[in-house]
Amino acid sequence: MARRRGSDGLSIYATLYLIFLYGPVLLLPLFSFNDSYYVAFPLRSFTFAWYREMAGNGPLIEALRASLQVAAGVAVVSTVLGVLAAKALTRYDLPGRAPITGFIMLPLVIPALVLALALLVVLRRILDVELSLFTVAAGHVMLCVPYATLVMISRLEGFDRSLEEAATDLGDNAWQTFWRITFPLAWPGIVSSLLLCFSASFDEYVLAAFLSGNQATLPVFIFSQLRFPQRLPGVLALGSCILLGSLMLVAFAEWIRRRGTGAATLDLAPAT
Amino acid sequence: MAGRLERHAGPEGNARRSPGGRLRLAWRRSERLRGYVLLSPTLLVMAILLGLPLAALLLVSFWTQDYVTLDTSFTLANYAAIFDYAQSPIYLTLLGRSLLMSAAATAAVILLAFPIAYFLAFRVTRRKLVWIILITLPFWTSYLLRIFAWKVILGFNGLINSGLISLGLIHQPLEFLLYNPTAVTITLAHAWAAYAILPIYVSLEKIDRSLLEAATDLGDGPVKRFFRITLPLAAPGTIAATLLVFIPTVGDYVTPALVGGTSGVMVGNIIQALFGRMNNAPLGAALSVAMMLTVTLLVSALLWRGGRRRRSAQAL
Repeated sequence: MARRRGSDGLSIYATLYLIFLYGPVLLLPLFSFNDSYYVAFPLRSFTFAWYREMAGNGPLIEALRASLQVAAGVAVVSTVLGVLAAKALTRYDLPGRAPITGFIMLPLVIPALVLALALLVVLRRILDVELSLFTVAAGHVMLCVPYATLVMISRLEGFDRSLEEAATDLGDNAWQTFWRITFPLAWPGIVSSLLLCFSASFDEYVLAAFLSGNQATLPVFIFSQLRFPQRLPGVLALGSCILLGSLMLVAFAEWIRRRGTGAATLDLAPAT
Repeated sequence: MAGRLERHAGPEGNARRSPGGRLRLAWRRSERLRGYVLLSPTLLVMAILLGLPLAALLLVSFWTQDYVTLDTSFTLANYAAIFDYAQSPIYLTLLGRSLLMSAAATAAVILLAFPIAYFLAFRVTRRKLVWIILITLPFWTSYLLRIFAWKVILGFNGLINSGLISLGLIHQPLEFLLYNPTAVTITLAHAWAAYAILPIYVSLEKIDRSLLEAATDLGDGPVKRFFRITLPLAAPGTIAATLLVFIPTVGDYVTPALVGGTSGVMVGNIIQALFGRMNNAPLGAALSVAMMLTVTLLVSALLWRGGRRRRSAQAL
């Protein structure tokens, strides 16, 4: 009886918490269809005007293209580096494993501002490199490698080593072993790492703001628009599109990653 | 391990003649060598993009800015300026305020997140995956847009004010909602939720259910059981969550810039200004280093105390 009541209280709390999590996020699409410059109640009439305005905005499209390019490159490079690191850390018993892992994970616990400024110091004051989308991409790779490594470690941990040894013993060379054994087992992790890194780079603002030079990425462009009240509805429309895109991407990534792995069996266990 | 080495020793017998063959042999034989080679590209990239910049930041913090040129002679002047409260109180004041605001936001995040993690671990039996995805999804949407949403909600002409006015509950917009430390704390508590829920959930999920049954059998009520079994065993996840939220938020500057106003300025804002319009990168670098050192010291003290308490608990 007591347990029942406790469970109900918790369920109500969980529902309220989800409203707290999603409420602010879902306001953006709501007001992107509202026919008013001001984001305020009561709602006026329904309009697509802000979406039309967005589609005809040259700098916005340019920033979107820049962000897509950077995010795609960052996703591929970070995932390759993440796969290599995760493979080495899970497959081999390496001395110094803990400090190495700690170093790779360092960007998770350093404020993005400090990372951005540290890179800026090296690029501008020491190497004297011109800022461009490449410097943004370099910063994002540093930020995404921990994510990629974490995702791949969780995928490759508990990976049966004897499968690879069997392939080697049966005459496969290293390359064949990789393509026939390692890759098929690791690919859900690879896909989800690609998508997570893409999404992280696409949304990242702080590093991009410091390292982007003349070409703005999308978050940098959005930030520059927040100062002008008349641009607000356009930003809401853009934000809604980004939300929709990110949600689909991440839902897909999570679905791929958890398919057939620990969390999914954990999910099914009580049902059997 | 030994068995594998012997197994590989056979076919390579004839490779031993040439130097290249010897290298190949070493490669085949040494597990560790292969591991390090596999690790090297990632480590190299991280050394260049992370290690080198952090070292450079530390180095620059010992230089000084002489109007337009950098004076590269070693000096502790920047650190002296930061810790000289009588001359320039702003740095220590902002550092202290940032720590307080982050601590408040972290406490709010953990307190709000713990029941959700508990709910996920103990109450949700079916569709756990759906719940986990539901909770992590907003975390992957643009950070900037989530902060912006709070600005829209709390603003002078924002949703709370316009909503209350159109309902006739108030006649003048409430001014205390936006541009203060509370607005920053609320926004941070919302933005970092997933970082707290997941580690706590993992910790709770790992708890051996028979321990809980044992506590009940031995006469503990639900409340006593929670404080004697569940909470101590969830400590690792809760500590991890605290660190994952507290450390990065101390240096946040986007949130205070958008919703903090003048009273909500944090140390990140002045670091950014020092690198930008105040054109004093060395002082900014020194302030960054001082901020990270302070956070590291605080965190180490927290972990040390936690560790000591756990050890004394084990001794009992």
